[in-house]
Amino acid sequence: MRFAFIGGIYSNYWALRATLDDISRRGVDGVWFLGDLGAFGPHPDRIPELLIERGMPGIQGNYEESLSSRAEDCHCGYTDPRDSHYAQISYDYTFANTSDAHKDWMGTLPREIRFQAGGKRFLLVHGSPRRINEFLWRSTSPDPFLERLCVESEADVIVCTHTGLHWHRPLPGGRHVVNAGVIGRPANDGRTNVWFAVVEVNGGAVTAEFVPVEYDHRRLAGEMQKERLPGEFIETVLTGWWTTCLEVLPPKERAAGRF
Amino acid sequence: MTEAPLVSLASLDTLWFQVSGTLCNIACTHCFISCSPQNHSHEMMTLADVEERLDEARAIGVREYYFTGGEPFMNRDMIAILEKTLRQGPATVLTNGMLLPPAVCRKLKELFDASDYSLDIRISIDGFDRASHDAIRGPGVWDRVMTGIANLVAAGLNPVITVTTAAEGVETSEGRMRFLELMRTFGIDKPRLKVLSLFRIGAEEKRSRAYADWERLSSDMLETGDAGSLQCASGRMVTSRGVYVCPILIEEEGARMGDRLADAQRPFPLRYGACHTCWVDGVTCTT
Repeated sequence: MRFAFIGGIYSNYWALRATLDDISRRGVDGVWFLGDLGAFGPHPDRIPELLIERGMPGIQGNYEESLSSRAEDCHCGYTDPRDSHYAQISYDYTFANTSDAHKDWMGTLPREIRFQAGGKRFLLVHGSPRRINEFLWRSTSPDPFLERLCVESEADVIVCTHTGLHWHRPLPGGRHVVNAGVIGRPANDGRTNVWFAVVEVNGGAVTAEFVPVEYDHRRLAGEMQKERLPGEFIETVLTGWWTTCLEVLPPKERAAGRF
Repeated sequence: MTEAPLVSLASLDTLWFQVSGTLCNIACTHCFISCSPQNHSHEMMTLADVEERLDEARAIGVREYYFTGGEPFMNRDMIAILEKTLRQGPATVLTNGMLLPPAVCRKLKELFDASDYSLDIRISIDGFDRASHDAIRGPGVWDRVMTGIANLVAAGLNPVITVTTAAEGVETSEGRMRFLELMRTFGIDKPRLKVLSLFRIGAEEKRSRAYADWERLSSDMLETGDAGSLQCASGRMVTSRGVYVCPILIEEEGARMGDRLADAQRPFPLRYGACHTCWVDGVTCTT
């Protein structure tokens, strides 16, 4: 059984289209989105429209929680004023350009989804099983900690997003944590593609594949320019390097980027 | 006087080690535990002491480890302790930056590269220049810290610079910008800054003033926010004398919770002036 997971979409419509095309070409047994449909990108209403049209199941991210409750900020979980500054610009734009009907629909999404496949208990969450905006980075999520999250949440495979960077950790006890990454912006590696995850369960073995998706990033950048979104956001789309929301990165992940 | 509100340990995510005890090569006038070359209140910890708690922490599923003092690099086992810690989780060292010769920095970079988990070095600076910094930390300290930062940067590490609110204006966005610019002049191209509150205990009590009676928390005050965000809800501190509730209150006998992590799981009453600062300022000692 193979499942596809789409992390933060961040209003990246063209990446979502390319991702859905890729997923339908490879054929999987299920597809879910993991929240944060908006942020960074232009015309946020296009994302729920497409997801509703396709009837795709998924969960709330902190963005959907904030938008549906008409909160004043994204509750992204940043602590540095530089991160919060850009996060606010992003949220204010998304809030102003998301219809009430879509905001209400976001409020109907579950905060987690559980299912069983191949004898494994899957748990889909946005940040972590315990907090919608907890950052599970590879370099600050040690095995004993992840093991504890799995045990406490009664899951064999946890799939999450929220950080923007994808990784998979098979744990010594046979459990797995997969951060699906995001299709909303590149992975801070100097490449313009984005990533989604395919998790396969086969005879009790769990494997994860991260799939790079090329999309028309110049078209997205042009739309962002027309919407007068910050030049820093556009630069990230065009170069593959994060320019904002960087202070939250742990040292290892920060060292891997340009800024 | 109403009873102090209790905070439960929701999850032990962050474990601190007072790895050099209260021993420091300098004696800052704002130190909340009055560390100095003569303060043996808490002693230097050995590798074996740390290992014992690391074993316990692994079983509990602790997420991250912090090392402070005193000055951690006065501990001869510091590199070995980091090597051991990084096998089971991310580590951060809080240092005054004075004991970072090139060889130590190169070794730290080796550890950084070899580990799957992050190693972070945090250096404390006070004020925007030599005069303000040395007024708090002692004559000649600024120059040695600058050498330490330069050595770290030359080795390829990017330290977090922390500054206390003793540096006037650092909390304003203009002050932060000024500080970030200053950090670029140190050769740091991805400046990372953390601003820390002062606690009116230890040496700082004499430098400014003690907590007033009204600076205490009540249960009503906690109803307006998320008590789970307090660091005593997700962390504990280990010293040579046992396990304490947090990195700030290690000179309070009432904050000692037991010998082992297993003894330190019970709720803690927020009865101290420092608890007021943590709540009101939203302090977290983590990065």
